[in-house]
Amino acid sequence: MSDKREGLFARADEVLALFRQGAEFTHELLRENERLRREVAAHQDAQLAASDDRQWEKLRRELLTRIQSLEGEKEDALERLRAVEAENRHFAERYLEIEEENNNLASLYVASYQLHSTLDLSEVLQIIVEIVINLIGAEVFAIYVLDEKTHALSAVAAEGRDVREFPVFELGVGPVGRAVDTGETACAEDLRSDDRHRPIVVIPLRVQEQPIGAIAIQKLLQQKESFTALDHELFTLLAGHAATAIFAARLYSQSERKRNTIQGFIDLLTK
Amino acid sequence: MARHRILITEDSPTMRQLLVFALKRLKDVEIVEASDGMDGLRKVTSDHFDLALIDINMPVMDGLKLISLIRGEESLKEMPIIVITTEGAKEDRERALSLGADEYLTKPIQANRVLQVAKSLLKLG
Repeated sequence: MSDKREGLFARADEVLALFRQGAEFTHELLRENERLRREVAAHQDAQLAASDDRQWEKLRRELLTRIQSLEGEKEDALERLRAVEAENRHFAERYLEIEEENNNLASLYVASYQLHSTLDLSEVLQIIVEIVINLIGAEVFAIYVLDEKTHALSAVAAEGRDVREFPVFELGVGPVGRAVDTGETACAEDLRSDDRHRPIVVIPLRVQEQPIGAIAIQKLLQQKESFTALDHELFTLLAGHAATAIFAARLYSQSERKRNTIQGFIDLLTK
Repeated sequence: MARHRILITEDSPTMRQLLVFALKRLKDVEIVEASDGMDGLRKVTSDHFDLALIDINMPVMDGLKLISLIRGEESLKEMPIIVITTEGAKEDRERALSLGADEYLTKPIQANRVLQVAKSLLKLG
């Protein structure tokens, strides 16, 4: 009996040892499984990381390409902006030029309009005086008219000084006489000179090459320092239009006198 | 109805025409002309104006007298005045400004300068 019990115990021990071995093996398997799982996870992470790097690299390249493209577009845009700015500056300059041209044309139009607005000689002379003061900026000057018989140039209207104070010139003699004779505007270099025998500007007045007279400027207004392009345009305008206006007014006056004389005769004959 | 009424008091028709030319470039303006100081005074006291341009050397009544009379009127104290004159001396400028002128422009005038000053006084930007 005892032997049987001992045999049973031995068998139980064996079974227990077997269980223990099984349990250890199971633990070992579990550890191995855990190790392998971690290894797999690490591999997966590494794989993922490698995949991310490739994507990042791809993305980086794409972004660089895009940046380069945008840089190019920015350069183009800046270039266009510079071109537009240059164009704007050009337009602004042109605008100012046109504005000035417009103002100059308005002055010339007004001068011309006024000169031909009357056939009365004293009014024509007054208009010339106004133009020379207001549009040119002269303080002392005279308007000379040529006597066709004596060839003397005498001042008939003046500003800034009594008309009788202006010397009489002979055609072809002196600064006024020479300018009228040649038909060329004479302009002194020193605009501040105040010599009454030597005007700073002489504008000859001529109609179809026929001398009519001159405008002799002795002194400019204090604030007028130099002549502008408009002044030279006005000199040219006055040279022709003031001469025509004076010529027309004188012709009209003569014809009026003749008409009155003839009318007087007719009245005498018919009464 | 014009938004701005401007009175030009100047004896020279040439100057008046030139000033009208310059100021007509402003939008919605009505320009009235006076040929001497007395005419200017009559017009400025009988009607409303937003701006007056006044010459100094004029027959009947000069521009300085006109400015002092305008500034003596309570209703005209705020009306802007531009003096346009041949007198370029500093003392002439100071005198006109002390009498109540707002701006002092000397002849020969530049149309764009007149326009610029008028715009500024009329607050046209």
